[in-house]
Amino acid sequence: MRTIFRKAHVCDPSQGIDRVADVVVDEGKVLAIVDDSTPYDVGSCEVIDCSGLVLTPGLIDLHVHLREPGFEYKEDVQSGTAAAVAGGFTAVCCMPNTDPPLDEPSVIRGLLKRAEQVGVARVYPIAAITKGLQPEGLTEMAALKEAGAVAVTDDAYPLQSAEVLRRGMEYAGQLGLPVLTHCEDKSLTKDACMNEGLTSTIMGLRGMPAVAEETQVARNCLLSLYTGCRLHILHVSTAGAVRIIRWAKERGAPVTAETCPHYFALTDEACMGYNTNAKMNPPLRTQADCDAIVEGLLDGTIDAIATDHAPHAAHEKAQEFALAPFGIVGLETAFALSFTELVSTGRMSLSALIEKMSCQPAKILGLPGGTLAPGAPADIALFDLKRSWTVRSSEFRSKSRNTPFEGWELTGKPVLTMVAGRIVYREG
Amino acid sequence: MLTDLIALRETEPGDIRLLLDTAQSFREILERPVKKVPTLRGRQVVTLFYEASTRTRVSFENAAKIMSADTTSVAAATSSVQKGESLLDTVRNLRAMQIDCLVMRHPQSGAAHLVAQALDIPVVNAGDGMHEHPTQALLDMLTIRQHKGRLEGLTVAIVGDIAHSRVARSNLWGLTKMGAKVRFVAPATLLPRDVHGLPVEVYTDLRAGVEGADVVMALRLQQERMERGLLPSLREYAQRWGVNAKVLELTKPDCIVMHPGPMNRGVEIADDVADSGRSVILEQVTNGVAIRMAVLYHLLGGEASA
Repeated sequence: MRTIFRKAHVCDPSQGIDRVADVVVDEGKVLAIVDDSTPYDVGSCEVIDCSGLVLTPGLIDLHVHLREPGFEYKEDVQSGTAAAVAGGFTAVCCMPNTDPPLDEPSVIRGLLKRAEQVGVARVYPIAAITKGLQPEGLTEMAALKEAGAVAVTDDAYPLQSAEVLRRGMEYAGQLGLPVLTHCEDKSLTKDACMNEGLTSTIMGLRGMPAVAEETQVARNCLLSLYTGCRLHILHVSTAGAVRIIRWAKERGAPVTAETCPHYFALTDEACMGYNTNAKMNPPLRTQADCDAIVEGLLDGTIDAIATDHAPHAAHEKAQEFALAPFGIVGLETAFALSFTELVSTGRMSLSALIEKMSCQPAKILGLPGGTLAPGAPADIALFDLKRSWTVRSSEFRSKSRNTPFEGWELTGKPVLTMVAGRIVYREG
Repeated sequence: MLTDLIALRETEPGDIRLLLDTAQSFREILERPVKKVPTLRGRQVVTLFYEASTRTRVSFENAAKIMSADTTSVAAATSSVQKGESLLDTVRNLRAMQIDCLVMRHPQSGAAHLVAQALDIPVVNAGDGMHEHPTQALLDMLTIRQHKGRLEGLTVAIVGDIAHSRVARSNLWGLTKMGAKVRFVAPATLLPRDVHGLPVEVYTDLRAGVEGADVVMALRLQQERMERGLLPSLREYAQRWGVNAKVLELTKPDCIVMHPGPMNRGVEIADDVADSGRSVILEQVTNGVAIRMAVLYHLLGGEASA
């Protein structure tokens, strides 16, 4: 089956393409990007008129909680990948804090089988770095990699012991598995539920100081330098963390980093009124942190934008602030938020944004995609960048509605998403 | 127009003044031999307490009873909380029993806020975590005003565990809205982060903090602070931050001393102060009943509904 996207504004930073062209897809792969696709139109193919639309390599999300197995009332592979493709993502990397956790090859295989059955977006499992996500022992990473895990992580259960992390990095390093870390010194965040600062003081809530994230970012970067293991810092939220990562990169540490749209679009003041939909970990910080995050994105210190899509049921969020779980959904708002906050404001080019949301994520974990080079998988997103729309969580494909962006007016809407040559999302 | 009383930070100065004036006029009822007025007859007030309390609960219940309202008290230890029911489900069930007003205390900051958003009846915050305790601050302000004749221009030094104190926060907002100056005096480990961003002067030295003050308010120190490693010992705390007669020599001569109770004598407040002529601690308790009468009166619309 052949598909031709005609007269699209093609933006593919991996090839330096940023112009109007036709994209020809055949047998699930990109066949050609040409000025005139007429010779490729062999009759039986679908031709999609893309006038006024932007076509990019499909977005890749490095940080998603699909919640399956174990928490299917929050999200599952079907709903999570449906949300992904509605947001322009063609691939998601899913985190291991499930029940059972992704710490055994059988669980990884089961998850991949489910993803194949569902057949919406590509799913790349990230395995636990330690058994049961507890600090006791390393997982069988070689077997996990064989089963399909693309990296290992301590997300949601940050390793407090530098020794355990060091050994985990050495072991993962020999297998070529990147280590993804959630940076948080738990001794500084006991019972805490939001950023520590003036807002937490006014609200009478225990705060997580920025330094709790920064000390672990520094420690983990130093361990990466020491072990030579590929380290990826998850959800960077503070100005200090950006500075430390910049320092580590200057010294040649094999470190990459991601942030999420909420860390540049919101400050901790969004928690006022005890809004549990503004509660996540790491927490929303201050305006100075938001500014530093954008600066880090622009100068390359922060390589990627991920979502940390963390669905929770309504009744779980309708609690006392400190008791509500951490996390917000993000798959269906990430692109528009980033486009509105970064590109529409003139701070970032469109191609730089696609770089952060597609090309770099593919590079960081060595995944297929992130490019429209001939022969690459036909993982494609099509956006209407002129369209303004209002965030209505009731319209989400995700099972959960926990977003702090309800009612926001955003610009830029995914209108069509293709995975491996198959249209998996089409607006309307 | 008051619909709930959750936080003085969110209360208009005009409403604060109205509550103080109303409470002042209700003080007279408390002096009568027969302490009963029909104002809130037929109204159902429920007190829902998820934390131990003697003073505040009795104070609210007496206030309601003097106004002829019917009161029911629910303690968390005996409620369905033990069965895992959520806070919102608990209060929605109480509301379904056609109650008219809910007074609640809860260990989590923001709990009263959450409940007030969910219920269509007046909710009174009787203390939520480390956030606010508005009726305590109102009764403190009423007591200060009775002694000083005003609040504007006064200097009030609040001494002790500021970081964990809902009393300190409510007093800060209430007093500054009424034109008083507030000082926080505490060891560094008991000051909240970015406290300088609040409209307050901050001191770690007690002597400097009380100098020239019109009012000194000592806060209760919880034993738990030692356990969490925030303070070395009660002894050092008492020596450096305990309010005693000696340190009060630095205040204005007519300075009064307050405490929200219950007191740790010999820790945050010395006997020679607690039982002295400067102490207005028991007057605070009496004023507490008058303030809560005023709050219920204005939230429940008084006799207009009869």
